[in-house]
Amino acid sequence: MPGPTTSSRLLWSVLLLAVVSLALYGTFATVHYSWHWSALWPYRTQFVWGWLTSMGISLGAMVLSVLLGFALMLGRRSPWEPVRLFSSGTVEIVRGSPLLVQLLIGYYIVATALHVNSPMVVGTVLLGIFEAAYLAEIFRGAVESIGASQWEAARAVGFNTSQTYRHVIIPQAVRRALPGTTGELVSLIKSSSLLSVIGIEELVQKVRVMNSASFTALEGYLPLAVAYLIVTLPLSWWARRLERRFAYET
Amino acid sequence: MRLETRQVTKRYGKFMALNEASFQTTTEARVVALLGPSGGGKSTLLRVLGGLLLPEGGEVVVDGEPLPHDPDQALVTLRRNGFVFQGYNLFPHLSALQNIVLPLQEVHGMKAADARARAVELLTRLGLADHQHKRPAELSGGQQQRAAIARALAPRPALLLLDEPTSALDPVMTGEVLDVIRELAEGGQQIVLATHEISFAKKVADWVVFLAHGKVEESCSAEQFFTQPASPLAREYLDGLSRYR
Repeated sequence: MPGPTTSSRLLWSVLLLAVVSLALYGTFATVHYSWHWSALWPYRTQFVWGWLTSMGISLGAMVLSVLLGFALMLGRRSPWEPVRLFSSGTVEIVRGSPLLVQLLIGYYIVATALHVNSPMVVGTVLLGIFEAAYLAEIFRGAVESIGASQWEAARAVGFNTSQTYRHVIIPQAVRRALPGTTGELVSLIKSSSLLSVIGIEELVQKVRVMNSASFTALEGYLPLAVAYLIVTLPLSWWARRLERRFAYET
Repeated sequence: MRLETRQVTKRYGKFMALNEASFQTTTEARVVALLGPSGGGKSTLLRVLGGLLLPEGGEVVVDGEPLPHDPDQALVTLRRNGFVFQGYNLFPHLSALQNIVLPLQEVHGMKAADARARAVELLTRLGLADHQHKRPAELSGGQQQRAAIARALAPRPALLLLDEPTSALDPVMTGEVLDVIRELAEGGQQIVLATHEISFAKKVADWVVFLAHGKVEESCSAEQFFTQPASPLAREYLDGLSRYR
């Protein structure tokens, strides 16, 4: 019954949206904040550049974090002890320490020592490593949730370890890892706002500059939220579609 | 086929699944039934005989050839055999057809068209032609088990090993699956079958290995086993099973 379900969902969405908007409007009206939207308009190009910077870095970091997270997951499952120790050590240290510290040490000490001067490159790599630690654990949880009988069945048909991962484990694990992975990628996009500490003019930094230059306080932040949402919402939507595509009963 | 184990030992933690199990069949044995109480070591012995599990100690000899102890070489042995398990163990994300085609292409190097033709041939023979594009969850237990048998048969295995293939099925589906196994046995397929279906074993097996507590209590021709079992444990087991049938 797609008809009634879709229309009732639409109706509820509109109703909830109206209630939330009304509540928000009421709250703003109570504190008598006077808006000066026109003061921001001259800075629109800056805003778009900041947005492009944030999204470019996020995209690069996403690709890197998925690849690296996968490698770390394999590393944690390696039969070779040093590899296992290195991988779990990396995951625990990166996941357990603040991104701010990793950015500062990574850029001002490590990158300087390696003579890498581009903050964009360093920022993308550091953000990618940070999220990879979280993704590695999501991937590991998904892989380890595939039962021993599947490993045995794969061995029984003659698959070696890499064929087993490729044809049996990964296709089933992807579906279980998808919801957690989407959450991490959304969080990555938002974490990119911290990159201003190594001198990258990403979106949040641009808005701060914009607000002080135009003598406004909050005007920049509402477009800022919208600018993130127009990327994160479609990402979540796309992930849910993927989940449905991978759906099958076990 | 001549199967032999010499003092084979396999542990799971502290549990001795096989405790110096030794037996040998005659060369004429074609359908070997592994019988015995649950937890006695049937499933473990079946996996060891097929090269799916490597024992900690002892030798397994198939037709005069000792099985390798190294996992990579064991994989070569393993690829000559076909396995069917109690829980079907099809790959849930693939259709019945893909479950058969994938190993043929990836493991046995068959071309896509040939692999597909072989898979369709087997599915048709096992009465699953109309269900080839369904995923395991869309098939009944009996259909899943027949698909699993088709997957095991596809590469023309030297030895087909079935581990309690009907234990998870209701009587009607059990009948479907046993019919298939019987046809294979009569068609000359070499089979090792771990089962609790005593009357079925009586019909198809020509050799019986009786296990209890990880040891081989008796290994003899099926005729001898079912008419005059030598070990008291085997007599007790047979009496217990025939009480209600």
